[in-house]
Amino acid sequence: MSENVNEFPKIAPEQFSPAHREDYKEREKITTPSLSFTKDAWRRLKRNKAAMVSLWILIIVVIIALLAPLIAPHHYAAQNAAYANLPPKIPGLESIPLFNGMSEMAGRAVDTYAAAGVPDDVYFYLGTDALGRDLLSRVLYGSRVSLFIGVVAALLNLLIGVPYGMISGWMGGKVDNVMQRILEVLSGVPNLVVVILLLLVLKPGISSIILALAITEWITMARLVRAETLKIKNEEYVLAATALGESPFKICMMHILPNISGVIIIQTIFSIPSAIFFEAFLSFIGLGIPAPQASLGTLINDGYKTFRFLPHLMWYPSGVLSVIMISFNMLANGLRDALDPKTTD
Amino acid sequence: MKSYTKFILRRIFYMILTLFIIASITFFLMNLLPGTPFNAEDKLSPEQIAMMNERYGLNDPIIVQYFRYIGGMLVGDLGVSFQFNNTPVVDLIGNRIGPSIQLGLQALVVGTVIGVIFGVVSAMYRNTWLDSSLTFLSILGQSIPNFVFAVLLQLVFAVWLNWFPIALWSDGFASTVLPTVALCISPLANSARFMRTEMVDVLNSDYIELARAKGLSQMAVSFKHGLRNAMIPILTILGPLAVALMTGSMVVENIFAIPGIGEQFVKSITTNDYSTIMGVTMLYSLGLCLILLIVDVLYGIVDPRIRISSEGGD
Repeated sequence: MSENVNEFPKIAPEQFSPAHREDYKEREKITTPSLSFTKDAWRRLKRNKAAMVSLWILIIVVIIALLAPLIAPHHYAAQNAAYANLPPKIPGLESIPLFNGMSEMAGRAVDTYAAAGVPDDVYFYLGTDALGRDLLSRVLYGSRVSLFIGVVAALLNLLIGVPYGMISGWMGGKVDNVMQRILEVLSGVPNLVVVILLLLVLKPGISSIILALAITEWITMARLVRAETLKIKNEEYVLAATALGESPFKICMMHILPNISGVIIIQTIFSIPSAIFFEAFLSFIGLGIPAPQASLGTLINDGYKTFRFLPHLMWYPSGVLSVIMISFNMLANGLRDALDPKTTD
Repeated sequence: MKSYTKFILRRIFYMILTLFIIASITFFLMNLLPGTPFNAEDKLSPEQIAMMNERYGLNDPIIVQYFRYIGGMLVGDLGVSFQFNNTPVVDLIGNRIGPSIQLGLQALVVGTVIGVIFGVVSAMYRNTWLDSSLTFLSILGQSIPNFVFAVLLQLVFAVWLNWFPIALWSDGFASTVLPTVALCISPLANSARFMRTEMVDVLNSDYIELARAKGLSQMAVSFKHGLRNAMIPILTILGPLAVALMTGSMVVENIFAIPGIGEQFVKSITTNDYSTIMGVTMLYSLGLCLILLIVDVLYGIVDPRIRISSEGGD
């Protein structure tokens, strides 16, 4: 091996010339725009088709829910006893069963709309319920309520869980010990039990459901944030910030929070469908929002009572709820792959 | 080893503390509720109400009632139900715990076994169509609310196909099939997703590389070498799974009219039967605490690394 070194081609010193300074700069120039963490995550999320489809579905659902008062053909609580229990009827789809306003009675098809004396030009796209309320309007308003509960509960969960976890992780020592023991005790309590007890004590309604969910759901968030804070706290840039005399609050906000944002975002997105489900579950066991307001959960619960005879009352709200839940979970799953560097291939 | 025992003892202490706090909170919350078990609507004269209150000790100061309640709980007395003919709550629960436990165990076993297989297969064929469809299935299982799924099962397999009884607990094993399937979806989806992550980690480790180098088949590598280590962390999700099963059982037992704890709990909520609500709350909390404790104990036994590191630590 050592002999090869000596066989190096002889190059005269004149053949060397200094490189141009400008050339050197040119070579070191970064030609493509630099990829920030968010941009990189977004690029990875875009590759995930299921997550993108879910994102679009959610955007559309949220817009529709926000515009519910403008779109809904009727008020959600408007009753019309004469038009009770009508099956769905959609203009232009009258030739298709299930959408033609016909229902089966005693084994033969009956035009329910004609029987109830509904004028020919009146359509209830998703039918009506036992009090003659338009199901489409109720589903629109119901998804609004369900989404509202999910999002607000997730935000509260964020507001309690993140500071708790961060303080616990950052302070360490005795503070951390006490805070962790509290969490240990709390995690032994099944959350549904707390929610149910709170709802029995508080007046039923949107705000008590949100409160009950927020009180129980933040524990996981606090744990995750603490674990991440413990990891980040020992990084050199945190040490540097401390050495420069930065206040602990600023270090937490400027240095730690941005670096654990991925975990927080994922957990928040996952907690939205979980809150929506919990609300629906509470409605199903009879602790939901009081009438005449409706959430998707109360609509399903009402529909369930008569689903053999009036299947539309149960299946349409169930379908909407399932689509929302699947979209949120798909998006959260995609976000986890996009934001968690561990899973990148 | 000594500090491991200390760790477990500490866990038991916290468990008892947790249960005590839950019992106290439930008691005071229930006392905040408006109304008493006996009121004029029941066509009772004021004298009768006074007599009943005296008989059930409701005239005593709240602190006395509280200590009586906690004391009673220590000897397994949860009071009597306000709604169901003065049956002691313990009997009410005792008569109904059988179906709930059977259903819960069946769902847990079926759910985790299928979930683990799904997760391992997903990890083996990582980033193929098989993996993505299994992931999609488990997200679907996690997303579709269990009451929708249970009603769907009931409609398809009991009403249309007539394969299984529609409801009730009277036909032996046949009547457990649909509720079990409805209940096992959540553990299945959770364990599948968890297992996939663990298995991907394990399959990238050196000893798996060695097993492959020895010429073992993909199946043998995954199921004999990989699964053992990937299985350990799955113990940690037993707690959340138990909670999911409790939530699920309330819905599923109601839909299939099964005489279990969940059905009783919902019935008690709708009839404001506070003593039963408190009793079931305590039962659920005790169950969860015991499961969390068992998980901690098992974890140390299954994985010696945990035991050693806990000896190093506090």
